[in-house]
Amino acid sequence: MPLLQSWFDRSLLDGKTLILLVAILLVLGICWIGSRLLRRQPAANLDAAIIRTFDNRVSAWLMICLLLAVTMMFGQILTVVFFFFVSFWALREFITMTPTRRGDHRTLFWVFFLFTPLQYVMVALDKYQLYTIVIPVYASLFIPGRIAMTGDTKRFLERIAKIQFGLLICVYALSHAPALLYLKLHRLNLTTYEWEEWDGKPAGVLLFFVVMVQVSDTLHFAWDRLFGKHVIAPTVNSTRTWEGIIGAAVGTAVAGMLIQLLLPVTPFTWYGAGIMAALISVMASSGSMTMSAIKRDRGVKDYGTLVQGHAGVLDRIDSVCFAAPIFFHVTRFFLERPEKAAEVTRELTSLLPF
Amino acid sequence: MKSLSVPVLAGLAKFFSGATVRWVGCEPDSCQRVYFANHTSHLDALVLWASLPKQLRSITRPVAAKDYWDGGPVRRYVSSLFNVILIDRKQVKAHNSPIDMMIREIGSRDSLIVFPEGSRNPTGEMRDFKSGMYYLAKKRPDLEFMPVYIDNLNRVMPKGEFLPVPLLSCITIGPPMWLETGERKQQFLSRARAEIVKLKEQDSNEA
Repeated sequence: MPLLQSWFDRSLLDGKTLILLVAILLVLGICWIGSRLLRRQPAANLDAAIIRTFDNRVSAWLMICLLLAVTMMFGQILTVVFFFFVSFWALREFITMTPTRRGDHRTLFWVFFLFTPLQYVMVALDKYQLYTIVIPVYASLFIPGRIAMTGDTKRFLERIAKIQFGLLICVYALSHAPALLYLKLHRLNLTTYEWEEWDGKPAGVLLFFVVMVQVSDTLHFAWDRLFGKHVIAPTVNSTRTWEGIIGAAVGTAVAGMLIQLLLPVTPFTWYGAGIMAALISVMASSGSMTMSAIKRDRGVKDYGTLVQGHAGVLDRIDSVCFAAPIFFHVTRFFLERPEKAAEVTRELTSLLPF
Repeated sequence: MKSLSVPVLAGLAKFFSGATVRWVGCEPDSCQRVYFANHTSHLDALVLWASLPKQLRSITRPVAAKDYWDGGPVRRYVSSLFNVILIDRKQVKAHNSPIDMMIREIGSRDSLIVFPEGSRNPTGEMRDFKSGMYYLAKKRPDLEFMPVYIDNLNRVMPKGEFLPVPLLSCITIGPPMWLETGERKQQFLSRARAEIVKLKEQDSNEA
């Protein structure tokens, strides 16, 4: 028992995060069994396509959460490695869908085997200064430079933009999710109004983030079906509505506040958790809209059907990719060095004319 | 040593090519077959072989070009692992016919993987088939000829490159065909080619 205890202490989890994790897995597990049962029904009054979508999503999320739970038991490094593999697979799907030319081959080799692993190595070593700039600056200079040397100029700008975008979304953006584990955060004591060091486990912040993305996706889907009237862009996605985006943001904010009040796994105040959840929701929605737009442009419905029989990883994590960097930076700005954040805020507000 | 490195090689080939295999209108079977596929990359033979079920790998022999797989110790070692039958493209002679050699090599147990286009086409468009497959069918009418369509592997490793880029590819294996009685060479070859084109069109319709 003491061995188990010390192992648990060294894992990324504590009592509260473990309860949250078990709760998520339970909810997903029940949904999964439910959708399996629904699929067996002859289902005259049920829409088969909706059930299939539901089943795909639940299975994918159950898989992701199970793997995340296991990796979190074994510490930060393994969690980073897990996200590396997700990134790698998503980038594979993205580049497979993107038409590249012969001249891009060697550039793609470096993108897959240098920049992608390097990004995660830097995250694992907690080198914030490096992992925030290597892909957006150095990779974006390397890619056009290397392609130019091959002498193939056909659709040059288009090709480099596509490769760069894939790298940015699938690798750079997603790597900010495991980077949350390395933040040293503070919390605002609401009785004394003073900042104190947060003593919780950082896995709580990552779990909060992942759960909020899922809640947002689910609520978005539900609001679209139940109350959706004003379609945002029918050419991109005929089911996404303004009611869905707003409803999901409000609903996710409420869910975020509830989680923080019942099971405080993050250093956020209850209203802070609400604001962060709403932010995650809006970013998640715009993420899936963007990826839908790319898929429509390429004429594919899902990355999963792109090559027969593959599970579309990118279909599931598009919302995570968009929300991760924003959530990371807002959390880091306000809670890693709160005095500094207050100072910057003061300086900015002093510039206002009123 | 070989029993260890063969699964490793198959695993690596499957990982880098991200290949999914679909058997359309047929099932894996240990009967003697000839898998004939479009040729787009040096990896074709290796990946197609690797994506067969494990029991079939040891009895399936890709036919590949000697000038490529004999070049250098690494390629020679790899080709020894997946039982390649090496054909010298430059010295095809009547007394040393590759077809006779293939028939000799497979005996009454093994299957073959052949690329009847002969060489890879950089544009990706399929060439006309060489006649070897017809003579093979004529001498061994009991063999099942399985059409295979390999998609996207030319992007994983294009002609002239030696480092792979791990994109996703797809291998579709279609229903078997045989040489009909009295069927002429050109008829048989274009029918075989059409089978692969059919798999290709199915593939793009479903996606």
